[in-house]
Amino acid sequence: MKKVLITTLLVFAAASMVLAGSNITIKGSDTLIRLGQRWAEEYMKVNKGVVIQVSGGGSGTGIAALLNGSTDICEASRDMKEKEYKLAEEKGIKPFRVSVALDGIAVFLHEKNPVAELNFAQLKGIYTGAITNWKEVGGNDARIILYGRENNSGTYAFFKEEVLNEEDYDEYTQTLPGTAAVVNAVSKDPNGIGYGGIAWATGVKYAAIRKGEKDTAILPSVKAVSAGTYPISRDLYWFFNGKPEGELRKLVNWALSPEGQKVAESVDYVPLPAEQAQAGMIK
Amino acid sequence: MKQLEFKPKSKVREFLGEKLIALNAYAALIAILLIFVFIFKEAVPIFTDASVQEEASLDKLINKQEYYEGREAKWSWQPNSEVPKFSLYPLVIGTIKAALVAMLFAIPLGVGAAVYSSEFAPKRMREIIKPAIELLAAIPSVVLGFFALMVLATFLQNVLGLTFRLNALNAGIALGLAVIPVVFTVAEDAMTSVPQSLRNAAIALGANPWQISLTMVLPAAVPGISAGVVLGFGRAVGETMIVLMASGNAAIISASFLDSVRTFSATIAAELAEVVFGGTHYTVLFFIGSLLFVFTFLINLAGDIVLARLKTRLQGKPS
Repeated sequence: MKKVLITTLLVFAAASMVLAGSNITIKGSDTLIRLGQRWAEEYMKVNKGVVIQVSGGGSGTGIAALLNGSTDICEASRDMKEKEYKLAEEKGIKPFRVSVALDGIAVFLHEKNPVAELNFAQLKGIYTGAITNWKEVGGNDARIILYGRENNSGTYAFFKEEVLNEEDYDEYTQTLPGTAAVVNAVSKDPNGIGYGGIAWATGVKYAAIRKGEKDTAILPSVKAVSAGTYPISRDLYWFFNGKPEGELRKLVNWALSPEGQKVAESVDYVPLPAEQAQAGMIK
Repeated sequence: MKQLEFKPKSKVREFLGEKLIALNAYAALIAILLIFVFIFKEAVPIFTDASVQEEASLDKLINKQEYYEGREAKWSWQPNSEVPKFSLYPLVIGTIKAALVAMLFAIPLGVGAAVYSSEFAPKRMREIIKPAIELLAAIPSVVLGFFALMVLATFLQNVLGLTFRLNALNAGIALGLAVIPVVFTVAEDAMTSVPQSLRNAAIALGANPWQISLTMVLPAAVPGISAGVVLGFGRAVGETMIVLMASGNAAIISASFLDSVRTFSATIAAELAEVVFGGTHYTVLFFIGSLLFVFTFLINLAGDIVLARLKTRLQGKPS
């Protein structure tokens, strides 16, 4: 990914520039960039004088920027790797991790599809085109029709990272704008399969998902994602250099507040359970 | 009756008014020019920027690539990948397939309706048909797309027993609905502008209405009809929302019209919004935009030239 600035949010009126509030830079995960931008917009609305710049590039880029000291907040859809922690130590950076939201993806099937459960290996096979017939995963003898999201969506990227291990989607995957359209297509297609944000499904059924063959299959729900039992889910993090102080602390506490979490929900992320959000706040 | 007088003062006003109107006309021209420049400027890195060329040189946009060592070379559109793949070939196929179906659907219907409306329909009927078909052009394309996604796709799948609900046929028919008014309007205009004197001559020779329309009016209006077809084709290629919703958007290389297709316009619409500003993917999308721009510009130009020629010919002016 190019280390190009995606968005420079906001040039406030000259007056507030003169008053010169704090400048905060946020950089990192492309999954989180939409949420970061929305948070920045909302936060700047109520805190005039604060200028927040949000850019993407990927979790790796964000972490690198944090280690170089070129960003205040690093957004990441994964934890830092051991190597990165070690590098941070060498550079005298003390990564401080805060979970800011959750992300979960459901797999949709047609209501009449006899298949009820799928594991990660099967899902990967289906979406990379290695498995093309439902009978290979215990269903009818029929071609699997793949539906997915457009390649700019965070959902697309998440599913690709977590389930496909970064392999390409099969070229026969039909991409539709929005989870609602995917759900709709699957509801009308007896051999369809789709994925998208949870809490969307009407007219389709959820596939219960198990990670390995021996794990218990779990149906997707906000609760299961919050509880951490549903396998296609993950924490989304903000990393700081050391415990955040001042404006940074205000910002992260606001993001974790019910107000901030509501913003997260409005752009299709799963909000943190209230206790976890409360516990994450910095005193 | 009092004569209108122009005082010197109003001459100034007249001058200003005239310039203002001229400015309005130029504004549109300048806007188009600026858009033209902007789109091309954003696409230029494909030819100049080494880091963009690494992933998307002209060679990579056009020719088969061996993306992974040891695996078969292929054309592939997978812009968000560990190995980004920017082959335009699947998109060209998709665009042509969808537009072709649209034209096959829209030409007979549009031209047929135009023949009926201009030659056979009683005056009252004609006054209903014309606005009704032109109203089709007023339906927002997102509505047509949604109709194709929800209703038409299911209908076609049930009737034809299709594997893929969303495919070139489905998108093409919906596109055709958007193209019909273009073909109809231009073709109808061309036929009605065939001079009455020609018709009278045919009647005098004892031709019946069927002979008049088939052997005289239709051939005389052919350039106009082809202009309508060309303009309709331009619409079919440029139309975005309908194909985005009804085609399934899978970038596949196949000859079957029952497979899903991904078109140029839908690709831009789907991907541009969240692409990294100034990055390779961004540049490629603008390159696609430039291609579309040039293509539809040429098509519209060709259509207009044909129409203008037809007018001078039918009015008997020396060309």
